[in-house]
Amino acid sequence: MNRTLRGSIAVAGVGETDYFKRGQSPDPEFKLALKAIMTACEDAGISPREVDGFASYSNDRNDPSRLAAALGCRELRFANMQWGGGGGGGSAAIGNAAAAIAGGLAECVVVFRALAQGQFGRFGQGPRRKAVFGEGAFAAPYGLMSPAQMFAMKVQRFLHEHGVGQEALRAISLAAYHHAQNNPRAVMHGRPLDEAAYDSSRWIVEPFHLYDCCLENDGAAAMVLVPAERAKDFPHVPAYLLGAAIGSHFRAGAPVHNAPDYATSTFKTLAPRLYEMAGVVPGDIDVLQSYENFTGGVLMSLVEHGFCPPEGCNDYFVKERFLAPDGDLPLNTSGGNLAECYMHGLGLNVEAVRQIRGQSSNQVPDAQVSMVISGPMVTPVSCCIFGSEAAL
Amino acid sequence: MSAPYLAAGLPQPAPAPDGLDAPYWEGLAKGELRLQRCRACGGWQWGPEWICHHCLSFDLGFEPVAPKGRIYSYERVWHPVHPALKDQGPYLVALVEVPQAGGVRLLGNLLGDPRQTVPFGAPVEGVFERHDHSDAPFTLLHWRLMG
Repeated sequence: MNRTLRGSIAVAGVGETDYFKRGQSPDPEFKLALKAIMTACEDAGISPREVDGFASYSNDRNDPSRLAAALGCRELRFANMQWGGGGGGGSAAIGNAAAAIAGGLAECVVVFRALAQGQFGRFGQGPRRKAVFGEGAFAAPYGLMSPAQMFAMKVQRFLHEHGVGQEALRAISLAAYHHAQNNPRAVMHGRPLDEAAYDSSRWIVEPFHLYDCCLENDGAAAMVLVPAERAKDFPHVPAYLLGAAIGSHFRAGAPVHNAPDYATSTFKTLAPRLYEMAGVVPGDIDVLQSYENFTGGVLMSLVEHGFCPPEGCNDYFVKERFLAPDGDLPLNTSGGNLAECYMHGLGLNVEAVRQIRGQSSNQVPDAQVSMVISGPMVTPVSCCIFGSEAAL
Repeated sequence: MSAPYLAAGLPQPAPAPDGLDAPYWEGLAKGELRLQRCRACGGWQWGPEWICHHCLSFDLGFEPVAPKGRIYSYERVWHPVHPALKDQGPYLVALVEVPQAGGVRLLGNLLGDPRQTVPFGAPVEGVFERHDHSDAPFTLLHWRLMG
């Protein structure tokens, strides 16, 4: 038996709410989730009552049973949460939903993520508790508390080991801001960024300038997944799942920065599995969305997915390569987490589908194979590849 | 006693309620670095866990280790993410590899000029920073470059 998700499911609908600066959503988080799901169902031309499963990640607070009750779903067959924080579960939630459909557990699964940081507090700030214990006790008293601070330590080591310069990180940020200028949904639409502005921006934590760091936003995104045999029953061009991979390497979760392979985006064991399932090689990827919590994570993700050797980063990471429509590897074509919206990365999956449909605001001509890398440096991470019918 | 490296008011470390890391904190209070070692296979591991990842024995203990190591990675933090650090200015956090304990890594602040150049691999020694006047006294282990 050939156990694979390749070609077994398709994305029939995608939906997003308006994106807001953190704390500025007029709607509470649960209503944002409902709106994104309604939009995705409308995009798919289905009633939300047909949805029979929900999959999310990163401890999303919007319980599938409440969603199913609110939306009047006729039956709930699948309610799935991918373990792990950060954006590492973005493509995993899609893989989990696809596995449920392929395995006969459900017929129509919504993958979603909703965030209202004004309602629930920010990611980018340290704990306000007086005492910390467990892993936090070994870090917070040293002023090591935020995601930027936790991941800078890995990236510093990688840059040191491979002699990578700041300009490589800058190229990732400039490409994202460039794409956001063509994307009216982007929070940073109308806010272009150039080399000088990047260079003169303040340090958050070395090696991250302000513009190396993701936004913090309010909003929600959702995708409707269906069996591939139904893919043509919907209004839009289907995006088929070619492959997905989830996980992390040996002892990636060893506490207090003790993973034996430390300076990594966590994708070394996933990338070969992803390409094998999808039946493609890096050179086949027409367009890439790579989760930017911080630019350093994107750099390591591209290396670990085989786009460039670690020693080649200074030559490879130049802005022009990453720009749609003509670059070798158009990257984060919506503006991504840096400049479109920090929708915990699900916006990247929505954009990957848009590229297959030909609907991106930075469309890559004739995009057939569209990849997403979710949540570098955390564990578990995940990645997936979508393809057009021609890519099947 | 010299002032603590970072401004007062940050979260204070407390031993885990399940007792897993208690010997570490008790050691620091006595000016001693104690790290977890397997009594069955002699392997070191950090952070502490209930089972030895080398040999899967539950027979683990803590042993004193000379507080010396070398810089594995570091970062200079500029943006304060906690109100206590509002006027702190830049500070250094180091990840230190401890060869005499199987190469496990420990965190700590790197004392001295926060703008200093930090060489990867440079030898460092531990400095115990006591917080005796806290309502729940604790000790932190920091690092400084060796001369």
